[in-house]
Amino acid sequence: MKLKSLVLGLMAGVSLAGIAQAADLQIVLGDTGTGLTFLQGQVERYMAANPEDKVTIVPMPSSTTDQFGQYRLWLASGNADIDIYTTDVIWAPQLAEHFTDLTEATKDIVGDYFPAIIESQTVDGKLVALPSFTDAPALYYRKDLLEKYGKAVPKTWAELEATAKEIQDAERAAGNPDMWGFVWQGNAYEGLTCDALEWVKSNGGGQIVEADGTISINNAQAAAAIDRAAGWVNTISPPGVLSYGEEESRGVWQTGNAVFMRNWPYAYGLGNGSDSAIAGKFDVTTLPMGDGADARSAATLGGWNLAVSKYSPDQEAAIRLVKFLSSPEEQKRRAIEQTNLPTLMATYDDPEVAEKAPIIPLWKEVFQNAVPRPSAPTGTKYNEVSSLFWSAVHETLSGNGSAAENLEALEADLQDLLGS
Amino acid sequence: MAVETAGSISLPRTKTRSELMTQRLAAARWFLLPMLVALAIVAGWPLLRSIWFSFTDAKLNTLYSAEWIGFGNYLRWQTLSSGAIRWRGVLADPDWWNAVWNTLRFAFISVSLEAVLGMIVALVLNAEFRGRGIVRAAILIPWAIPTIVSAKMWSWMLNDQLGIINDLLMKLGLISQKIAWTASTDTAMTAVLIVDVWKTTPFMALLILAGLQMIPKDVYEAARVDGVHPVKVFFRVTLPLVRPALMVAIIFRLLDAMRIFALIYGLTPNPKATKTMSVLSQENLFQFDNFAEGSTQSTLLFVIIAVLTALYIWLGRVNFDAEGK
Repeated sequence: MKLKSLVLGLMAGVSLAGIAQAADLQIVLGDTGTGLTFLQGQVERYMAANPEDKVTIVPMPSSTTDQFGQYRLWLASGNADIDIYTTDVIWAPQLAEHFTDLTEATKDIVGDYFPAIIESQTVDGKLVALPSFTDAPALYYRKDLLEKYGKAVPKTWAELEATAKEIQDAERAAGNPDMWGFVWQGNAYEGLTCDALEWVKSNGGGQIVEADGTISINNAQAAAAIDRAAGWVNTISPPGVLSYGEEESRGVWQTGNAVFMRNWPYAYGLGNGSDSAIAGKFDVTTLPMGDGADARSAATLGGWNLAVSKYSPDQEAAIRLVKFLSSPEEQKRRAIEQTNLPTLMATYDDPEVAEKAPIIPLWKEVFQNAVPRPSAPTGTKYNEVSSLFWSAVHETLSGNGSAAENLEALEADLQDLLGS
Repeated sequence: MAVETAGSISLPRTKTRSELMTQRLAAARWFLLPMLVALAIVAGWPLLRSIWFSFTDAKLNTLYSAEWIGFGNYLRWQTLSSGAIRWRGVLADPDWWNAVWNTLRFAFISVSLEAVLGMIVALVLNAEFRGRGIVRAAILIPWAIPTIVSAKMWSWMLNDQLGIINDLLMKLGLISQKIAWTASTDTAMTAVLIVDVWKTTPFMALLILAGLQMIPKDVYEAARVDGVHPVKVFFRVTLPLVRPALMVAIIFRLLDAMRIFALIYGLTPNPKATKTMSVLSQENLFQFDNFAEGSTQSTLLFVIIAVLTALYIWLGRVNFDAEGK
């Protein structure tokens, strides 16, 4: 393959002097919803515009935790087969040394992006990935059911609990035994860190490790928030929620068996798809807030970026593809077709986007106020920090110890790990 | 099989080897050489390297500049300012011992169930009936499916809301509420065991069947002539004669069960209740920044498997001798 591309490159160089060399590019992507199909379309458009490049998509599992393990292994061994990685917003500090610095290549377009997102992908002055879309979760609710039972859209977790319980019980009595109140992501993986960070932050319990490195998780408000979530399991949430990722919760929701769902904006477009049982019957709002001091609605900042492996033999072509995939046209298309939040400021003001994907302009403010996971203050230790956190939360949700006990142990573990 | 080998070893114990024997031994060495070289490259070298990493401070990004630190990853101690001593390292890590316990429990239960079920299946397949060939081939299918595929397949079947298993059980009226098989810590291990038994019983059955077919038919005829009860025939004739094959089958499965990874990784949400040694080691090696600690855990896993195997073979021999007397 390498030899072939070399020969092709030489031939192209000889016959069409001055035109970019042919490249064989491999891009990896974790598959969630219809993300893979969408990328396939993007790649086809790219190849139509750049016929000398050939792009192959390598699909990966949808769990970000699973993807990370594989990428890390490939990168550590200097794998030259994969040219472009789709990276989670939290990976930048952990993988920075394996990626090409994009600062120079993007200096004329970087000003169009939200500075905070660019900042999240900059490690020691090096831009390690170009943001392709950003993410901030929403509370999805069934407006038909809320209307039917005369309920308001919940503003606090307590209201959500009460409404979910009431509608769930009424619907079950009315002949739908599979109805549940609230579905979310409770599997022991990165997604649970996102969900639990929202519970804690919305209850005024801090953000696990603060920006200055202080370990703040062991506090009463955080414990109360996690205990409250533990109370949902098997009352308003199915017991299986403890093994749900994004796609499993969307499965329950989209078959019409949940009143509320916590999920990322991608589920908005899919929920209105032609095969959805709830098309047109739902809407989104910001996640509820807790009670106590500093309570607010909190959304965990997510997002996916495109990074070029420094081991890629086709740097120039890889950067060209990355720029194409993050270009204004592609971001607009992505916003409309995939309901992914753009990373370019201008796309939010596009009237076509507002018309076809109304969640997008609404979510501009939500993601700008989103809570980052503590990947910056914990650096290369972030994954272990996150794993300790989600394990402590998962134990609590499974009924093994109270949140206060588990958070106390977590604090000690984090102190050991981070050395403070 | 094992009986024959034992016989052939004891026979040529003459003081001087014949010329033919020497030649054959030399030829055998040459034939074995390519395989030994291949083994050294694909198994020996990685193993030695893992063991070496367990004595270093390696991180995944600094594999080539890792430095020797001795036994620190296994066990080390810190003296706190109060004078108290705190033990650290894998051997002092409760998560590790939890994983060891999970693995041993899983290996014991799964291999026991598979041995019993495998024996039953093998006995059935050993009987003469029409279409035996097709049944024998069909029964191997679960074993032929890659583990991660069967893990994913079963995780959908066991899904609490959309899964077919809960649907069937509900329709049959066996359960009143849908069970979250893989999510609940009480049933997660059971789910793993169900899938593992489903997957590897055919393998066990096949190995036992091979043993059964080597039992001479006249033994059974003699028993029938004497009017021995079939149950007694099984315990007095079949079981002792098939025992060598059974022991081999069990040890293969035991080695496999001790390093179980894909099934648990693919099926359960990774709670403490199902975390095994391999899962923990993978997590440290690739998810976290603890390559050396992960290597230490792999090395310990290797040692534990080696010790168990040696123990098993040794205990197995003792039993054979006792029977011979």
